[in-house]
Amino acid sequence: MNDDRMKELLRRAIAPVDVEPKRDLWYDMRRRIDERTLRLTWLDWALLVATLTFCAAFPESILPLLYHL
Amino acid sequence: MTDARLERFADGDLAAFESLFREFQGEVYGWIVRMVRDRGAAEELTVETFLRIYNARARFDAGRSFPAWARRIASNLALSYLKSHPARPETPVEPPGEAPEDPAIRRETRESIATAFRALPAKLQAVASLALIEQQSYDDIADGLGISVGAVKSRVFRAVRILRTKLKRMGIQP
Repeated sequence: MNDDRMKELLRRAIAPVDVEPKRDLWYDMRRRIDERTLRLTWLDWALLVATLTFCAAFPESILPLLYHL
Repeated sequence: MTDARLERFADGDLAAFESLFREFQGEVYGWIVRMVRDRGAAEELTVETFLRIYNARARFDAGRSFPAWARRIASNLALSYLKSHPARPETPVEPPGEAPEDPAIRRETRESIATAFRALPAKLQAVASLALIEQQSYDDIADGLGISVGAVKSRVFRAVRILRTKLKRMGIQP
């Protein structure tokens, strides 16, 4: 069997694939993008507001707080 | 394709990205499925390709070719897939109606050829699939894989030699 015969045999044995996508992949794409997006819950916001309020009321606590982060 | 859309995409405009996705998803999917020969994997890799494109949008130069960039990323992902999924048990992509497998070839011969083909190293398998089965031009393959035409020819040559040797060992002498 020479190389040309091998190529021909391969072409005849394995059919080309269907290259058209069967569905729109945008929704999968959108889901993957959304998964990456940071989502803050109400609890995250509440903690953030509490921390900022605490820091505003007691500015001397900022450095110790940063030290413990 | 307008430069304005590419610039908006590079600036993070999701609508511009969606427009690019809808325009090029078929092309990227087609390129990947020709390499990996598995529809489900090709769909996942297409989404992964565009996710990487989206993540790298700030580095995209709007003067460059978007489809060429996408194809290069798709090729790298498809090659990684082939390396991490060696000798997959089957190729569940249905052939298009106009080009069925040749019934003149015995079933076991066809299966032996398919098995030998799937056992090829990833780089050789991808090039052999694109060049010999999918009949893509050497220029397109070289461009898509980011290699020279000479390297494409070399990989085709090596793939054919390996297939010949394997089939000979299997006792196939058509």
